[in-house]
Amino acid sequence: MSETILKVSGVSKRFGGLQALSEVGITILKGQVYGLIGPNGAGKTTFFNVLTGLYTPDSGTFELGGKPYKPTAVHEVAKAGIARTFQNIRLFAEMTALENVMVGRHVRTHSGLIGAVFRTKGFKTEEAAIAARAQELLDYVGIGRFSHYKARTLSYGDQRRLEIARALATDPKLIALDEPAAGMNASEKVVLRELIDQIRKDGRTILLIEHDVKLVMGLCDRLTVLDYGKQIAEGTAAEVQKNEKVIEAYLGADHKHH
Amino acid sequence: MKDNKTLQYLLIGIGLLILPLIAQQFGNAWVRIIDIALLYVLLALGLNIVVGYAGLLDLGYVAFYAVGAYMFGLLASPQLTDAFPSIAAAFPNGLHTPWWVVIPLGAVLAGLAGMLLGAPTLKLRGDYLAIVTLGFGEIVRVFMNNLDAPVNITNGPKGIAQIDDISMFGVHFGKTQHLFGMDFPKVTNYYYLFLILVLFAILVCYRLERSRIGRAWMAIREDEIAAKAMGINTRNLKLLAFGMGATFGGVSGAMFATFQGFISPESFSLQESVMIVAMVVLGGIGHLPGVIVGALLLSALPEVLRYVAGPLQAMTGGRLDASILRQLLIALAMIGIMLSRPRGLWPSPEHGKAAATSPLPQATHMHLAPAEQIPPPVTHIAPTE
Repeated sequence: MSETILKVSGVSKRFGGLQALSEVGITILKGQVYGLIGPNGAGKTTFFNVLTGLYTPDSGTFELGGKPYKPTAVHEVAKAGIARTFQNIRLFAEMTALENVMVGRHVRTHSGLIGAVFRTKGFKTEEAAIAARAQELLDYVGIGRFSHYKARTLSYGDQRRLEIARALATDPKLIALDEPAAGMNASEKVVLRELIDQIRKDGRTILLIEHDVKLVMGLCDRLTVLDYGKQIAEGTAAEVQKNEKVIEAYLGADHKHH
Repeated sequence: MKDNKTLQYLLIGIGLLILPLIAQQFGNAWVRIIDIALLYVLLALGLNIVVGYAGLLDLGYVAFYAVGAYMFGLLASPQLTDAFPSIAAAFPNGLHTPWWVVIPLGAVLAGLAGMLLGAPTLKLRGDYLAIVTLGFGEIVRVFMNNLDAPVNITNGPKGIAQIDDISMFGVHFGKTQHLFGMDFPKVTNYYYLFLILVLFAILVCYRLERSRIGRAWMAIREDEIAAKAMGINTRNLKLLAFGMGATFGGVSGAMFATFQGFISPESFSLQESVMIVAMVVLGGIGHLPGVIVGALLLSALPEVLRYVAGPLQAMTGGRLDASILRQLLIALAMIGIMLSRPRGLWPSPEHGKAAATSPLPQATHMHLAPAEQIPPPVTHIAPTE
C-alpha cells in the first residue's frame, strides 16, 4: 500500500580480512522511521557510509524512490535524495546557522558564477527563495532566532537540530540520522524525539542509527539489528525485542542460564 | 543613516581620485608605490578566493601572475617578432596587441593554468596541497627562465623588455597627459586604471562571497565531507575556485608587465607567493577589508621602511645592509601583528559570541513527561521570534 522509498539488498563490504557487512538488505516505506541498531562494531556506520556513498560496496543493489541509484559519489547520493547527519556533528562552524542551511539548498538550486557576479534577476529571486526556505527550516527545528549566530557558538543540542535542518534543506526523500542522540542528556533526548516524530508526521522518511535503545524502541516503525556485519533480526520493535539472537548479541549468549 | 553612508562613500571616492594628484607633488616615486600596492591588492583578492573562501592553501600563486605578465610581454613587445621571422613578416609594424584582447586573454589563460594546477591536487589538503602548489609556482618560474633555447620564447633570465604601454580610448598611458591645467604622468594614469580594476575585483569578490557558489566554497573550507554530503560537487567547485582566483593573478600580471615595461623570471620568485599569502593571512583571511588592508600594508611597509633603514644604517657606520635590515624589520612587524592579532588585522566579525543556550522554553517541564511514552505532538517546533 505504502510506497517504497529505499530498497537495498545483498550489501557486502570487506575491509582486508574483516567482513564488515555480509548480505545486508533493508526496505523502508514512505513515512516510516526505520531503525538500525546493533552493538559497537556491528557494522551500522559502515552500512550507513555505504548507503550514502562514502564507501564503495563490494556488492549490493540500491533503489531510491523506485529508481536505482549508484552509491559511488557522496554528492550524487545527496542529489538522488538521501540527506544525512553525522555522529560527530559536522557543521560549517564559521558560517552562520542560516548559511549552513542555505548550503543545504545548493543541490536543488542552479545559479552560477555569471548570475552571482552580475546579480541577474534569476539569481536574486533564487537567492531570496533560498534564504526564505532556510529561515523556515530553522524555525521548524526550533532555532530560528539563532539564524545569524555562527554555527560553532550554538549549544550542543541546537547544533544537532541545525544539522537536521541542513539535511532537510536538500529536499531529501530519505533522511539518515547517524546517532542523533549521542551525547545528549535526558531532556534533550525527549525534545529530539519530538522533533523526529514531527518530521515523520510531516510525511518524511527517516533512517535512524542509534545506540539509545529506549529512543529507538519508542520511535521506530521497523528495525534491523546488525551484529558482526550480519543482519540478525528484522521487524517491529516488539518483535525484535523478543528475538533470541538479539538478546544474545546485546546481553551475551549465556545470560538465560542465570 | 543612509545619507551618512552615501556621504562616506562619496568622500572615500573623492579621496581615491585625488590621492595620486597629492602624492605626485612629493614625487612620482610615491605614486609608483601606490600603483604597486594596488597590484598587490588585486593579487591578494584573487588569492583570497582560493585560500580565504575555498580554504585551499596555495603557495604557488605567483605562477598565475607570471602567466599574465608573460602573456602580455609576448603579445605586446618586440620579443616574438625578433625571435621568429615568420611572426615579424605577419606583423610588419611589430606585435602590439590592444588592451581589450590582452586583459581578458590574461585572465582566461591564468584561469586555465589555475584549473591545470587544481586538477591533480584535488585530493590534497593543507600542508600537502601547499607543497604541490609551491612546486607548481617554481616550475613556471623555471620554465620562463629556460625557455630561451632551443627556440627563444621568453628570452630566459634576460627577460622581456620594451613592453608596450596601454593605450585606451585614445589615451596613451605611457605619456604625460594634460587635463584641466594639470599634469597626469604615467604613474598617475596607471593609478586610475589599477583603481578601476581593483574596484571591479572587490565587487566581484563581494558578490561571490554572498552567492550560492561562495557559500559552497566556504562549506568546503569548513568541512569537505559534510559539504559533499550536502550534494556539493567538491571537485568542480575547487577547480572553479582555483580558476577564478588565478584570473585575478593573470590580470594583475598583465598590468605589472605593461606598467614596468620589463619582466624577467626574477619577479616571480617563491618570495612573492609567500608575500601574497602573508598579505591575506595578516589582513584577515576570508574578509575583504582585511585582505585589502593586509595587501596595502605589506606592499607599502617595505617602502616606508626605506626611510627608517637609511638612518639606522648610517648609525652603524654602514655595516648593516639596508635591504637586509628592511627585511628584518618587516619580519618583526609581521611577528608583532600576528602575536597581538592572531586572526589578522581586520578579521571577519564575530557573531553571537554570547549565544544563549537551547531556545526551548518548554524544555524544563518536558523531561517530566514519562520517557517511555511518545510525547504528544509538539507545538513549539516552529516558534518565530
